[in-house]
Amino acid sequence: MPDKHYKQVVILSGKGGTGKTTIATAFAEIVNNKIIIDADVDAANMYLVLKHKVNSEYDYFGAKKAEINLDKCSQCSLCESVCRFDAIKDFNVNKTSCEGCGFCYRVCPDNAISFEETKSGVYFECELEDQSQFYYARLLAGEGNSGKLVSELKKKANDKLKENIKWIIVDGPPGIGCPVNASLSGADLVVIVTEPTQSGLHDLKRLIDLLKIFKIPSGVIINKYDINVEMSGNIEEFIRSEEIPLIAKIPFDKMFVKAIQNSKSIIEFDKNYESKFINIWNDIEEIIKN
Amino acid sequence: MIISVASGKGGTGKTTVAASLAYIIPGSVYIDCDVEEPNGHLLLKPKIINEEPAYKLIPQIDYDKCSFCNKCVTVCEYHALLNLKTEIFLLDNLCHSCGACTYFCPRGAITEVKKEIGKLRTGKTENNILFYDAFLKIGEESATPLIKQVKSAYQGSRPIVIDSPPGTSCSMSEAVKDSDYCVLVTESTPFGLNDLKLAVNVLIQIGVPFGIVINKYDETFIQLEEYIIENDLNFLLKIPFDINIAQCYSKGELPALMIKDYRQMMEELFGKIKKEIVEVKENAG
Repeated sequence: MPDKHYKQVVILSGKGGTGKTTIATAFAEIVNNKIIIDADVDAANMYLVLKHKVNSEYDYFGAKKAEINLDKCSQCSLCESVCRFDAIKDFNVNKTSCEGCGFCYRVCPDNAISFEETKSGVYFECELEDQSQFYYARLLAGEGNSGKLVSELKKKANDKLKENIKWIIVDGPPGIGCPVNASLSGADLVVIVTEPTQSGLHDLKRLIDLLKIFKIPSGVIINKYDINVEMSGNIEEFIRSEEIPLIAKIPFDKMFVKAIQNSKSIIEFDKNYESKFINIWNDIEEIIKN
Repeated sequence: MIISVASGKGGTGKTTVAASLAYIIPGSVYIDCDVEEPNGHLLLKPKIINEEPAYKLIPQIDYDKCSFCNKCVTVCEYHALLNLKTEIFLLDNLCHSCGACTYFCPRGAITEVKKEIGKLRTGKTENNILFYDAFLKIGEESATPLIKQVKSAYQGSRPIVIDSPPGTSCSMSEAVKDSDYCVLVTESTPFGLNDLKLAVNVLIQIGVPFGIVINKYDETFIQLEEYIIENDLNFLLKIPFDINIAQCYSKGELPALMIKDYRQMMEELFGKIKKEIVEVKENAG
């Protein structure tokens, strides 16, 4: 099999709020021949900072949902008794609790239950100022199945991948559950963004255990490392013992918050960071080569 | 009384607020529903008194009875079952334990068996907070069944504080539904504002009353307050950015325990929540 022409870097953290998006956005500004995917479909944020125009919008249909037609319903309550998600009460389906298993629809003796795909999100194909493609999505309020939306978003990006693309950069969701697993498919390297807190270290360990299962290599960026230098040292020691490279340590700097508050990437807001992030990205390229 | 603490965006300070609220509410129960990344135990430091595995149900095929008729495969909406003609293969991460395959199998060849998806823990802190949390097993995908289990682990009548997972999808709505009140924690950035709006939409849809706490408050970012005022939302508290709080948290110490100002803010917050809950009940009744 010939080598694929691109590498995929997924940015994750386990814990939320460590600076994943800030760092992913900085990479989006300095890397060429790339596409960018915001895979945090629960709470997408990159689009707030990256200047883009939307080229296409697609509807996302998640799970099907049941609905009871009261004209046909004989109120036998069989549907309520088989539903494991407590979604049916008084012959009414709670759309938030319904997990779309279709059990009620199949079991109903009156054929009173419809079971249709419902629109549960939208996703966008956009163009950045440097003409690279950028994809993000929005899940509708209270919808589940975010993992499936991440997969669909990534598939759309892949289907339209141009020959000259060298990098796919994915800003991942927090946690270690289904949307994270979906964001990991095809990853060549995971960049883990952590912070020097007890929770940061705790969640980092769980994420590293997950990556071991998938056998995906990773490297670590410790963000705001000087908030607690001792804890930062503990994190370094831990990743050394796991033979995971430290990519960078970034000091706490109010400029990062100020940049976001002005809806700008850190590169655009403070030019000093441009060379710093180019160095960080060069290290990432080195890690992937080896 | 069930108070949940949630936020669309991660890292806004949910766990710190939830654990601190539990700390100042007399005789409270703290339930950590962030089963993917539970952190409440790091701040509350409970003594764990019980730890047990948590399970979900998955189908098991009795091949003496199975005729490979494909019925189970066709009723599974999650595509968790594959008919390989010599075996019905289960992708157990996709299974939602709905029970449809077992029910519809014409030969009674399917029984449901337990599969471990994580662990549930019960504990108690030095100042008598009852503590519950759960850890989703690494590699297991669906957090919702475990969230349901940790929520139902406590059945008494003490005041409950629920720490929700971040985001706005199924895990978050599972954690906060049935609450008497939800505290949404946000921060003074466009990211915080964007994700707050998403979380507000979820709470309106599932009908849980809520109020807003702005953490790491920065007066220069006025859009957040404008949004709250324009939409007539309940504003509960602003917590200014304070490096002491950040350092306290980084060491795994509870700000409500270490910083007097913070403790006072939490007392004030709890007072407002109680008042809100009473008002909601009056309006409803």
